[in-house]
Amino acid sequence: MRKKSVNIDIALTHILTRRKQTLVACLGVTLGVAVYLFMNSLSNGFSIYSRGEIFKNSAHIKIYKEDEISKPFTEPSNETELVAIVNPQITTLSKTLINPQGILDKIKSQFFLTHAIAQVNVDVFYNNGKSQLKGTANGVNILEADAMFNISSYMVAGSLKDLNGNLGGIVIGKGIAEKMNVRLDDNIVVSSSLGITKTLKVKGIFSTGSAVADQSKSYINISTAQQFAKEGPSYVTTIYANTINADKSPEYAKTLQQFTEYKVEPWQITNADVLSGDLVRNTMMGAISLSILVIAAFGIYNILNMTVMQKINDIAILKATGFSGGDVIKIFVTEALIMGLFGCVIGLAVGGVLIAIMSNIWMGPPVGYFPIYFTQSIFASSFILGMLATFGAGYIPARKASKVDPVEIFRK
Amino acid sequence: MEKRNVVLSTKGIGKYFYEPVKFKVLDNISFEAYKGEFLTLVGKSGSGKSTLLYCLSTMDTTYEGELYIENEKVTGKKTDDLAALRNKSIGFIFQFHYLLPEFTCLKNVMLPALKLGKFTYEEVEAQAYQKLEMLGLKDQALKPTSKLSGGQQQRVSIARSLINNPQIIMCDEPTGNLDSKNTQIVFDIFKQIAHEYGQTIIAVTHDNDFAKASDRTIELADGKITNLDKKNFD
Repeated sequence: MRKKSVNIDIALTHILTRRKQTLVACLGVTLGVAVYLFMNSLSNGFSIYSRGEIFKNSAHIKIYKEDEISKPFTEPSNETELVAIVNPQITTLSKTLINPQGILDKIKSQFFLTHAIAQVNVDVFYNNGKSQLKGTANGVNILEADAMFNISSYMVAGSLKDLNGNLGGIVIGKGIAEKMNVRLDDNIVVSSSLGITKTLKVKGIFSTGSAVADQSKSYINISTAQQFAKEGPSYVTTIYANTINADKSPEYAKTLQQFTEYKVEPWQITNADVLSGDLVRNTMMGAISLSILVIAAFGIYNILNMTVMQKINDIAILKATGFSGGDVIKIFVTEALIMGLFGCVIGLAVGGVLIAIMSNIWMGPPVGYFPIYFTQSIFASSFILGMLATFGAGYIPARKASKVDPVEIFRK
Repeated sequence: MEKRNVVLSTKGIGKYFYEPVKFKVLDNISFEAYKGEFLTLVGKSGSGKSTLLYCLSTMDTTYEGELYIENEKVTGKKTDDLAALRNKSIGFIFQFHYLLPEFTCLKNVMLPALKLGKFTYEEVEAQAYQKLEMLGLKDQALKPTSKLSGGQQQRVSIARSLINNPQIIMCDEPTGNLDSKNTQIVFDIFKQIAHEYGQTIIAVTHDNDFAKASDRTIELADGKITNLDKKNFD
């Protein structure tokens, strides 16, 4: 113990002679940090889960032709003209994107794109005997679509490969299969709103976990979809693109917008409702866990405050014998930080164990294991916040201690 | 008396108390304390002798006038500098021992020297043992302070005040809590410190026998020095 460590020496002695109080303070921080870590991992897990749900059905970026609406009135160009007022209505004649291959080639050259596919969405009816179900058939190159939406991971029957290049095949949602009472390799009659009717063979069944999607969505080959739409091979309604970083999609969308006059929409806009729900949940969990941490810090504050009161004579004599106000602050802040450090380390361990236990709980499909994930950054932020809280909780009583006037104590 | 080294001097020190009403406790106090002098301050209750001591101690800075310690003006220095000055040059002994209860006697004595940081831990330890030995407490060194008697505790606090070999040792009623036997021990130690080691002792006391046996006694009354070398203790 050299010159600089006298303050630490005193702080350690204080802590070691009051083990019970120290333990209580440590436990407070332990609890606070553990709960903080746990709740943020929970929140993180939910976010990842719900984002996974979103990306089952939508890509990071979607390019489509937006409906054009006629102007409600036209301004007169001079005083003699009259104002024309018309009912606003959609004037889009065709949903097709012109030169889709050109757009695809151009956007694929961007470094941030991982996948881009062209798709033809057609509104269809699924018929089996008398029963009829409304839905949307997505005309795609199934292997490309699989690379993008990872469809194969939620296939419950059949294989996507059997659809590849098979113009008479279809992959349907589980809900459709149940309602239409069809199984793998059964036939299903599909008719489009334009009057085209085809009998397609079920080559696969998928279950996304979303009842709406499972009861309406199907995948067919893009040429089949073009036939349903009574259009030629250049007919494409939507281009989907995935990027290297989903969070940066809005920026990437802006860049892509420069290549085309069609609407480029990042997934955040398409799924704004889900995201705002996420935001509310994260904020709430953050607020709750942070307040628990603050309460834990109050434990340290209380104990140190009491210590300062009890040790007011000791502080006076330390100051008389040459310890400055700064030294006194160092002594008490060191005490707080030591308690905080122990509390944080144990808290992280406890939180980690809790997360490990929770992440092994099987919730059943479609959720699978309980969605809880932790990242190093959550660990780090729990630790830093825990230490910051203890520092704050230690600094206030320490400052009070440093302001003790020894003369007042000695003259009593 | 002529060629003696002045260790501490004051020029016109005055101080007010503001509670409950403005009141002048010290009025134009000027005196000098010399090296190796055993000086006592006496006076009736409320004469301002303790207040004066705390002004001299540099812990109380709200006074007017000037204070010099070892020919250096102390008045107006920053509190951190004053703390360092106290650490190096002033030892304190109070009526109550103010030992830290968590530490052993030895560690209590060592703390001011560890703060000074001039010597290594081992050197400081050796010096602390030597001071305790001088005060007849070597065998008590590793005991917690609460296990000692009142007289022993006070002697530990004297050892603590001596550890950095300060030029000045200030005492506020050092024998106030002691019986006559322990008072005599403390008195002999003070004599030894002043005369053999040449350190200056400034002690506030109301014990006339104690004051009478010191080298010089300054008497205060109503905040003024009434006698710079009191000889008559009737």
